[in-house]
Amino acid sequence: MSAALPLLALLEQEPAHGYTLKQRYDDRFSRTRPLAFGQVYAALSRFETKGWAELAEVEVVDGPERKRYRITEDGVEAITEWVYTPQQPTEFAMSNLYTRVSVALTSGRSAAEVLDRQRVQHLARMRELTQERKTATPAAQLAITYELAHLDADLRWIEEAGTRLEDLR
Amino acid sequence: MTPGPAVLESRALTVRHGDTVAVDAVDLAITPGSRTAIMGPSGSGKSTLVHALAGVVRPGSGEVWFEDERLDLLSEAERSRRRLARMGMVFQFGDLVPELTLVENVMLPLQVLGEKARAARERALEMLDALGVAELADRRTGAVSGGQVQRAAVARALVHRPAVVLADEPTGALDSLTAERVLDAMVAVTAAAGAALVVVTHDHVVASHLDDLVVVRDGRVAEGAVA
Repeated sequence: MSAALPLLALLEQEPAHGYTLKQRYDDRFSRTRPLAFGQVYAALSRFETKGWAELAEVEVVDGPERKRYRITEDGVEAITEWVYTPQQPTEFAMSNLYTRVSVALTSGRSAAEVLDRQRVQHLARMRELTQERKTATPAAQLAITYELAHLDADLRWIEEAGTRLEDLR
Repeated sequence: MTPGPAVLESRALTVRHGDTVAVDAVDLAITPGSRTAIMGPSGSGKSTLVHALAGVVRPGSGEVWFEDERLDLLSEAERSRRRLARMGMVFQFGDLVPELTLVENVMLPLQVLGEKARAARERALEMLDALGVAELADRRTGAVSGGQVQRAAVARALVHRPAVVLADEPTGALDSLTAERVLDAMVAVTAAAGAALVVVTHDHVVASHLDDLVVVRDGRVAEGAVA
């Protein structure tokens, strides 16, 4: 998922300059995908080309001109489509561990240890997130809970793999 | 593991159920105020390990040290007295007495230890308050939710200021949100009391609320899985 559509969704809330849009983005989404100012301006000009956003006004305050953008009807439609399209579940996040366990199993190394070490890493991250979540804003809590749920799913796979090692050898 | 002298420790602890070795030469040290998750597949021996640490099960061989004393050398009655006075236990299904109200349940350990009813009630109410269920004190267990029962069970486990709280799947019967809240309360109250907390769980989210992890597999503490 590129950062463009979340940006566009923020523009949908109300017209904004690149600068304010970046601030809104940081408040909401920077955890899952940080964004540079340059990317925000590049995205805005792409939105304009695609007809998803248009120039609302140009202000000149003490020097450089500031362009304020607003979303178009096509832009709103693009967001709707994006929001309602389910994401393909991917196994890329765990494919590296899967590969390492396979290699361990076929090379006489300890797959159990590969799993145990990964579990420690995963749990350390879960601990951090659990701690962070206590003081996080509601929006950040959602993002943290999402990451926690995925780590938990990975760990379930690690458990499952661990109990099947004997059969796999 | 946090360094320092252990409040509860096993040395080469071995427990057999008939021909099966449920716990196999486990060395484990629980330091004061530490928070440890014990995880492992079902049948791995994690519950037996905790029961042996609590002195419920007597080991076949090895030692269990609790507050500078060999627990495994004591008689069943003496072990039970130590447990009652200095340990707190929490189980998956609260195990409160259904005929009693929440506050009466929480008063029980104190009364068994000889505390007067009035002082016991006061202290029990204090604990129920710390766990956020003081307003339900006079209800019976059947009249409150599962999460509230578990909060009362945690209050009961801590009411007599134990050195160690041992919990076996304490949130296993709760939905995930309630489980997290009960767990947060349990961790906070245990920390405030300065007691060590040992939680047997199969749930990594639960384990992520604790600082240390011990993985048990086939009765042994798994190498590389202690963090």
